[in-house]
Amino acid sequence: MVRKVVRGFYAVAHAVKLCRPNVICAYPITPQTEIVENLAAMYANGELENCEYITAESEFGAASILVGASATGARTFTATCSQGLILMSEVLWNAAGMRLPIVMVIANRSLSAPLSIWNDHQDSMAMRDACIMQVYVENNQEAHDMIPQAYKIAENRDVMLPFMVCMDGYKLTHAYEPVDLLDQETVDKFLPPYDPPIKLTTKDPLTFGCYAPPHCYMEFRVVMQRAMERAKKVMEDVFEEWAGLTGRNWGGLIATDHMEDAEVAVVAMGSVVGLVRDVVEEMRKEGKKVGLVKIRSFRPFPVEDLRKALKDVERIVVFERAVSFGHEGPVAMELKSALFGHSDAKVYSFAVGLGGRDIPKQLVRKCIEKSEEIEPGFYFEGVKDFEEVIV
Amino acid sequence: MKITLGAVSKPYTSLKMKTGDWGTHWPKVDEELCTGCGTCEMFCPDMCIEVVKVGEENGKEIKKAKVNYDYCKGCGICAEVCPTKAIKMELKDIYKVI
Ligand code: SF4
Ligand code: SF4
Repeated sequence: MVRKVVRGFYAVAHAVKLCRPNVICAYPITPQTEIVENLAAMYANGELENCEYITAESEFGAASILVGASATGARTFTATCSQGLILMSEVLWNAAGMRLPIVMVIANRSLSAPLSIWNDHQDSMAMRDACIMQVYVENNQEAHDMIPQAYKIAENRDVMLPFMVCMDGYKLTHAYEPVDLLDQETVDKFLPPYDPPIKLTTKDPLTFGCYAPPHCYMEFRVVMQRAMERAKKVMEDVFEEWAGLTGRNWGGLIATDHMEDAEVAVVAMGSVVGLVRDVVEEMRKEGKKVGLVKIRSFRPFPVEDLRKALKDVERIVVFERAVSFGHEGPVAMELKSALFGHSDAKVYSFAVGLGGRDIPKQLVRKCIEKSEEIEPGFYFEGVKDFEEVIV
Repeated sequence: MKITLGAVSKPYTSLKMKTGDWGTHWPKVDEELCTGCGTCEMFCPDMCIEVVKVGEENGKEIKKAKVNYDYCKGCGICAEVCPTKAIKMELKDIYKVI
């Protein structure tokens, strides 16, 4: 293991290389591009053995190529975000139904229109229901560490589902951070070669994702839901093994700080967690009973862990990086459905930093403090005064 | 019932997956008009029309188009392309409003 100051792109690419992928296929999109550029350079330099790097004509093509490759038993990787992810979505629902353990990094970016290349979580949230696992990381070390773990979880026979490692575009992808880079020996010890339970060969033709008439379609959906439920335990085991192997314990499906006696819980996902943690520490020093809940796995959603962690709190403040238009913030929606009948806590959901809007520390603090005075509900914070006009 | 991982199926499983109930219309071949030219067979996207021998006349085979209604999706392409207008698309009984 060697500590180096690297950008998020490289932290991901280096980890992917050590996982010995067989097929990498991608289409460039900001702020993801340099992840696959790094991998393309490694490929060109002969650092990726037994691997094919395919440049596709679109994200739809990239995802389709990986579906085919994964069906033949290849370990596959792609990275995308925003419009690219949305363009992939038709294929990705199929990848999930075909139970293909494709691992992808989503460099989280907002969706058009209006056009924006900056960060929020709207893109991966749009894939919420696709039966694809989603883990949100806080920093580049966690992103680096999640790659081998993602393969191990996705390829587990009890799971067999695609995996999205969601890392904030720019905030993480472009940031230089010191990262303890894994070495080949450690990853080889942790991650065995992919052993597909079934694979497509020219000798033994098969159909993946066949037609299922009404008399059997539902059963396929039941087994997908079961796989997601089983993934919770598999994730916990893999996370624990990782902590033992590397000494870096990122927690379980959630990670908590100061929740033992907290009256107010602050819930967040992704890179904003670091900032929220600073504010929570600050408020703790002032004697305020505030705790932090970092949701790591959004799919499968950690219902049981959240019920346990939040059972005694009075107020829950959620920082949302996306909106489910016509309703509210997607994290609060899920959280409330998990807590229904298990908690009387009031839930305050604050959408912040949409489309790359800055999230100053004071804003985080203001939201937490404001929750004492306002009605529970959904709020946009950090919004300017404006007037709605036609042109 | 067996539910396979990834909805993987072996060859010919699709034969059991009848899709003929998807369409709202049936193609009906008028054998008087059908010359057995095979245009419909070539154009059918579901490969469910076959021109088959139905008899012989003066040592020549008589061939007519036969629809496999188990898989016909009622798209109407066969009726559209038939040079003799031998195929009429008929609304299925269950969709008829009396
Ligand atoms: S209606 Fe369409 S599917 Fe049915 S036989 Fe004609 S061309 Fe084929
Ligand atoms: S296209 Fe018309 S004439 Fe030719 S085989 Fe088909 S039904 Fe008969």
